[in-house]
This record gives sequence, C-alpha cells and structure tokens, in this order.
Amino acid sequence: MADKKIAVEVVTPERSVLKRAVSSLVVPASEGYLGVLYNHAPLVAGLQPGVIRMKGEDAEEIMAISGGFMEVIENKATIMADTAETTDEIDLQRAERAKERAKERLEQKPEGLDLSRAEFAMRRALARIEAVTKD
Amino acid sequence: MAGMRDIKRRIRSITNTQQITKAMKMVSAAKLRKAQQAVTAARPYSDKLEEVLTRLVEASNELDFDLTQKRPVKRIGYVLITADGGLCGGYNINVTKLAQQSMQEEEVETAVIAVGRKGRDYFRRRELAIQEEFINIGDNPNYIQARELVNVVTKLFLDGTFDEIKLVYTKFLTAISQTPTVSHLLPIAPEGETEDEADSDYLFEPSGDEVLNTLLPRYVETLVYRALLEAKASEHGARMTAMDSATTNADEMIDKLTLSFNRARQAAITREISEIVGGAAALDK
Repeated sequence: MADKKIAVEVVTPERSVLKRAVSSLVVPASEGYLGVLYNHAPLVAGLQPGVIRMKGEDAEEIMAISGGFMEVIENKATIMADTAETTDEIDLQRAERAKERAKERLEQKPEGLDLSRAEFAMRRALARIEAVTKD
Repeated sequence: MAGMRDIKRRIRSITNTQQITKAMKMVSAAKLRKAQQAVTAARPYSDKLEEVLTRLVEASNELDFDLTQKRPVKRIGYVLITADGGLCGGYNINVTKLAQQSMQEEEVETAVIAVGRKGRDYFRRRELAIQEEFINIGDNPNYIQARELVNVVTKLFLDGTFDEIKLVYTKFLTAISQTPTVSHLLPIAPEGETEDEADSDYLFEPSGDEVLNTLLPRYVETLVYRALLEAKASEHGARMTAMDSATTNADEMIDKLTLSFNRARQAAITREISEIVGGAAALDK
C-alpha cells in the first residue's frame, strides 16, 4: 500500500501552492464531488468552488478552491485552481462577511445585479467556511 | 575658461543627479527580482494549462467555440503593454514602435488597447485610434487585473468590434536583454500537436466541449497575465540598465569636471603669483 500514492500538485495562476503524495483525493468536480484513487483512468475535469480533501498516511489535508480544472494521468493529479487556500490561510471572519454580503445581495436582488457573480461569490465563501470548520 | 565657481556648481548638481540614478537603479534591481519570481511562479500553471489544452484539442475533432471562431478580418485590435513611467531607456519606445509598425503593415483598420500610460500617450499624441486604456497597473500585476483586461478584450472580440486581437509586449530574456514581440491572442488557434504519444483516452467530466468552454477563456487570461508579468520584469530590467549607465556617465562627467576645476584653480594660482612677482619687480626698479 505504501507505494500506491498519487502525486498531487495544486497550482494557481500566481503560484504553485502545494505538492503532496496522497493515497486518496476528493475534489469538487463540476457535477458533484469526485474521488480519485490509485490507478485512476486519465481524466480531465472541470471544478467548481468547493473543498479538496487529500488523505495521506495519517492526516487529512483540506483546501478551499474557487473553481478550475484537474487533470489526472498516470497517478499524477494536477489541480489548476483559480485560487487555492490551505486552512491556515483562510480568514474565517472575512469569509463569513463575504457570505453575508452575497446572501443579502441574492435576497434583495438589487437592480443590475450580476446573479451568477453573486452566486459564485456565495459558493466561494461557503467553500472557505467549510474548509475551516470541518477540519 | 569657465569660472571655478561655475564648475563647482555643476559638479555638485551632477553628484546629486547621480545619487538619484543610483538609488533608482537599486530600487529597480529589487523590483526586478520580485518580478522575475512572479514570472517563475506563474509558469507551472500556464505550462500545465497549455498541455491540457493541446490534449483536449487533439481529442476533439472540431473546435467550434466563441473564442476560436475565425471571421473575415475587418478590424484588428492591438493590446499594447507599456510602462506607466519613463526613465527606462528605450523600453517604451521600442515596444510602441513595433506595435505602430505592425499596425501600419496591416491592410485593414486597426486600433490600440493601451495598457500603460506611455503607450497610450504615444498614440494619443499622434491622434491614432485608441479603443480602450488601462493605466496604473502597478509594480506587481496580479491575475485579477489580467482577468479584467481579458474580459474587456474578449467582449470587443465577441461583439465584432475586432475580428482579431494581437498582443504586443516586451519579452523578458535576461535582466539586460528584452525584446519586443507581437503575438496572436484571439481567435485562439491552438496547435494540436503534442510530442509525447501518451494520448490515452481521456475521460472528460462533464464533457470535452464543456471543459474546453471554461478552459479557453482561462487560457487567454494566462497568456495575458504572463505577458503582463514579463513586460513588468522587462521594464524593471530596462530601467536598471538605463540607470546604471546614467550613473556611469555621471561618474565620467564628474571626473572631467574635476580635472578642469583643478586646472582652473592652478591657472588662478599661477596668475596670482605672476601678478605678485610682476608687482615686486616693478617696485625694485
């Protein structure tokens, strides 16, 4: 079992966030959460805002991303996220505020509201909150 | 011969200027290092994205997306990336001239989308068409800025304002060498050739077309983001070189002036002595 690891790399346009060897990986694919285990078939998936879970030897690592792509090939998974934050990097209060703001906007629906944008902001905030609280 | 006091004043003024150029050189060196790091940090993402894109393009037989549609070209947009400030040698003028030259060679109408004050001012002074302008990008361009720029550019492409978009920026080679380049931005024309024959059948989630649909805009964003970063690094590199040679020139000028100052002083002393000697000789008679 020990060797059956997937090499995960998380990159964003601005930096390379993390590299790990993990035994399982769960990502928020565009049509629901998707698990990747050793020897997964080659795959390219679109990702939506959500939480990535990586299980290593003992600990589980969690990150929040706000959409992007994942490519899996030969036990290498590359996650190209628009943004990615580890749990220590997330500012919970800020995420809560962002959530409230997005909620308000979605409820009041002011004129000229970019609905998809507000919804996206909401989901981003929720992903961050989830990453921190379900640690 | 210029008076001693004049020479002294000039030496002092040049020394002051030299201090400024020296400081600017050091500031640019520090900023250059940061900009270079940003370029390196952005590389894994854009390389990977390009790789995936190429693979996807290979897998799908026909590309039929908004961003890949080829139309008869009636109007071309040039995204021109320059600096907001000057004092960086030929940096701004080289890239601007290249853009202008390339635009003149086109047989159709062109307009510029100016990123950076210097390029905008150049086209404005000559009363050439400017479609949009983006000023104050700052020293560390971020992805959000690239995205905003791309949003505007894509809109201009999709609504038919432009049928083709080109990107003119300064490619960063090393700290002392940068070359202005013109590259093609829209419509996207990916090369569908990969060398490794690892084209195992990919699964696409949800589907190849849908993945491509979200990937293509991001591809454009990374191209622009990368261009912004490279242009910024080039700017700092160019400024550093310019300021370095300015400092050296100031050194030379100070040397020369010191020499003529000493000569003037010596001449003054000699004259004084000969006056005294002449006066004494006159008294003796």
